[in-house]
Amino acid sequence: MELLQNLLGTEAGLAVWTLLKILAIVAPLMIGVAYLTLAERKVIGYMQIRIGPNRVGPKGLLQPMADGLKLLLKEIILPTRSSKGLFLIAPVLSIMPALAAWAVIPFTDSLVLANIDASLLFIMAITSMGVYGVIVAGWAGNSKYSFLGALRSSAQIVSYEISMGFALVGVLMVSGSLNLVDIVNQQGHGIGGGSALSWNWLPLFPLFLVYLISGVAETNRAPFDVAEGESEIVAGFHVEYSGMAFAVFFLAEYANMILVSALTAIMFMGGWLSPFPASWGALGASGVIWLLVKMSLVLFMFLWFRATFPRYRYDQIMRLGWKIFIPLSLVWVLVLGAWMMSPLSLWN
Amino acid sequence: MSFQAVVFYVLSLVLIVAAFRVVTAKNPVHAALYLVLAFFTASGHWLLLQAEFLAIALVLVYVGAVMVLFLFVVMMLDINIEKLREGFWQHFPLAGTVALVMVAEMVLILSSPEANLAGFQAGPAVAADASNVRELGRQLYTVYLLPFEAAAVVLLVAMVAAIGITMRKRADSKYINPAEQVRVRRNDRVRMVQVQAVKPEADSASDINEQQA
Repeated sequence: MELLQNLLGTEAGLAVWTLLKILAIVAPLMIGVAYLTLAERKVIGYMQIRIGPNRVGPKGLLQPMADGLKLLLKEIILPTRSSKGLFLIAPVLSIMPALAAWAVIPFTDSLVLANIDASLLFIMAITSMGVYGVIVAGWAGNSKYSFLGALRSSAQIVSYEISMGFALVGVLMVSGSLNLVDIVNQQGHGIGGGSALSWNWLPLFPLFLVYLISGVAETNRAPFDVAEGESEIVAGFHVEYSGMAFAVFFLAEYANMILVSALTAIMFMGGWLSPFPASWGALGASGVIWLLVKMSLVLFMFLWFRATFPRYRYDQIMRLGWKIFIPLSLVWVLVLGAWMMSPLSLWN
Repeated sequence: MSFQAVVFYVLSLVLIVAAFRVVTAKNPVHAALYLVLAFFTASGHWLLLQAEFLAIALVLVYVGAVMVLFLFVVMMLDINIEKLREGFWQHFPLAGTVALVMVAEMVLILSSPEANLAGFQAGPAVAADASNVRELGRQLYTVYLLPFEAAAVVLLVAMVAAIGITMRKRADSKYINPAEQVRVRRNDRVRMVQVQAVKPEADSASDINEQQA
């Protein structure tokens, strides 16, 4: 960094250094997205006693590259009487929040692009922008099917955002901070000297469940994928898209999955902290590897859900969001407040 | 020109263009999306003023929630744009007068010596590690506790009223009780009837036997 600042001057050097850091986050993220698609096909394949893709490269490892190349070479078709500008900007609107949220995600207590105080709020604000990509894509295509898909999908995203927000209220109550680094560090104290038992998932178990399930609904994944209920409305809001424009929506969905899994790991599963007590030597040491392990665990559950559960009916999804999750998380926030004020409090 | 000044002018340009397009856009959906852009850019201005909590709250509340529902309504309405633009010149004199009065009022206020815009100073410098969020929370829950709670009660009343208005019984409501659906057993829906595949034709069978004999 000092080298760059000497070469380019203070401000330009800082800008280039920050751009390099952004690249160091986004490039592995994109590779992760590519291989998550392969992992999904492989995992679901084995769960259904199939092999999954195994033709391109050794064991099918180059399959994502082949898929990407295929989509790149396809033509992007603009529907007649569509709103052209909006039609092309919608995929960008949809992937932008999925990438921008990574600005404040901490990988260890020092490895974070922007360690700001309101990082939890920043994440909630940025991810709430994601719904615009869906709405604009559905409307701009000038197609009834994509519009219906967009209405379904955005209504679902908006509803589950509320219960997700309330689940996070519980987290910020016990950690007394909106800073993600502080939230993880707070989980390192308590029972077992900062082992898996002291993390937020245990005392906040109902909120953990609400957050995890809302996360699945928020990313429009099965069993909440009515947005693309193939049997009812073709493929949902992106039915008019082809080629790379479609691929960007696809990338955004998987980037969102990785983001939600990272957030679940940070808020409830101790982030980069080791699940073993600190006295266990190398096993007890915290590090970015633990964060990756926890994220993989949550991502595997996402894939597992898709292979296991049948799709929810639309009214059942809305009922679960509004009539079960929101009251549940509200009541648990009250219980938590009383718990923290009582002598039994774990967070002093 | 410092980096902050460049960002300020870029944001201001985008904000002005977006605000102008909100009024002039032909399609109401485009207008609503320009309004979203205007909100987002305004929150960028607040970030420049180091009011990060307000900036993020603006995005969270207006961009993330209010405007989404607004867009929903605008998209679902089947608006005939040609019809809306009829009579534009007919109403222009009245609208122009109102606009002129508003501009005149604003110029009067901003240019008056009492406003003292020239004497307006930048706020006191804040420490680099000062937490905007912590300070706002402390102020809201100590100094301004009563107004804050009053605002919360007003919002709650509005929310209860909105729910109350929609909660009336409707004849064409297709509400299904999920608990009843879950409790349903096979016997409630299906009646098993034992039907014999072939009619018992004892007489004809005995006839055939006789013929063979």
